[in-house]
Amino acid sequence: MMPVATTFFFYFLSIIAVVSAIVVITRKSPVHSALALITTLLSLAGLYLMLYAPFVAAVQIVLYAGGIMVLFLFVIMLVNLEKAQLEERFNKQWQVALIAVLTLGALLIFIFEKGRSVFPQTVTNFPENTNTQVIGLLLYRDYLMPFELASLLLLVAIVGAVVMAKKRV
Amino acid sequence: MVPLSWYLLLSAFLFASGVAGFLIRRNIITIFMSIELMLNGVNLAFIAFATVRHSLNGNVFVFFVMVVAAAEAAVGLAIIIAVYRTRETLNVDRVNLLKL
Repeated sequence: MMPVATTFFFYFLSIIAVVSAIVVITRKSPVHSALALITTLLSLAGLYLMLYAPFVAAVQIVLYAGGIMVLFLFVIMLVNLEKAQLEERFNKQWQVALIAVLTLGALLIFIFEKGRSVFPQTVTNFPENTNTQVIGLLLYRDYLMPFELASLLLLVAIVGAVVMAKKRV
Repeated sequence: MVPLSWYLLLSAFLFASGVAGFLIRRNIITIFMSIELMLNGVNLAFIAFATVRHSLNGNVFVFFVMVVAAAEAAVGLAIIIAVYRTRETLNVDRVNLLKL
């Protein structure tokens, strides 16, 4: 079978991801930012498919683009945006941000250059038809304890969100 | 085929843009979206390493990261609603007191 992970698709999806990530942090309206973030998340789902991880790609679309982003847009509807748009978009911390981003970028590029011989160069073929099955076995066998703890975390998050967002009685 | 380092560079870019957005924006909702960008950059690195190393443990880790992101989004957005209800603003520079 021919690999679907061609270089063209990588370029296509990563350019979409990069451009929409920049749009997320620069647009004035949070609605535009949220729509750009959805685009980033969907292109990342495509990249996960290229990396032979169909389960994570599906969960990315369902959970992020479907669940979390709907929550974001719902909250944006609840608050009054017109007043927020009149205020300044950026604060005065851009020097700090520039230093942080440059340091981080330099560090990561340094690590890539150092680790070039350690990392395998190409992403090789990988069985994807049993992907979801193997992840399910891992979750319920090796990672059973973290799985149950995650369910507890979600319960706490549900209760906490309801308590914090409800009106004072 | 695409080398691993390209995926890592893309994930580094997503993380760095998340950091930049977190530091420079004032709107609390956009700051929250920047956190999601950072989480997604890390997820991409996890998946790339998992595929290269032929191990599915990275996919399980990404699953847990997504669970934590969902919990964090629910609680954080509830906090945003509470903050907006008491202060009538979304500007983080104005939210500098724990108690009004």
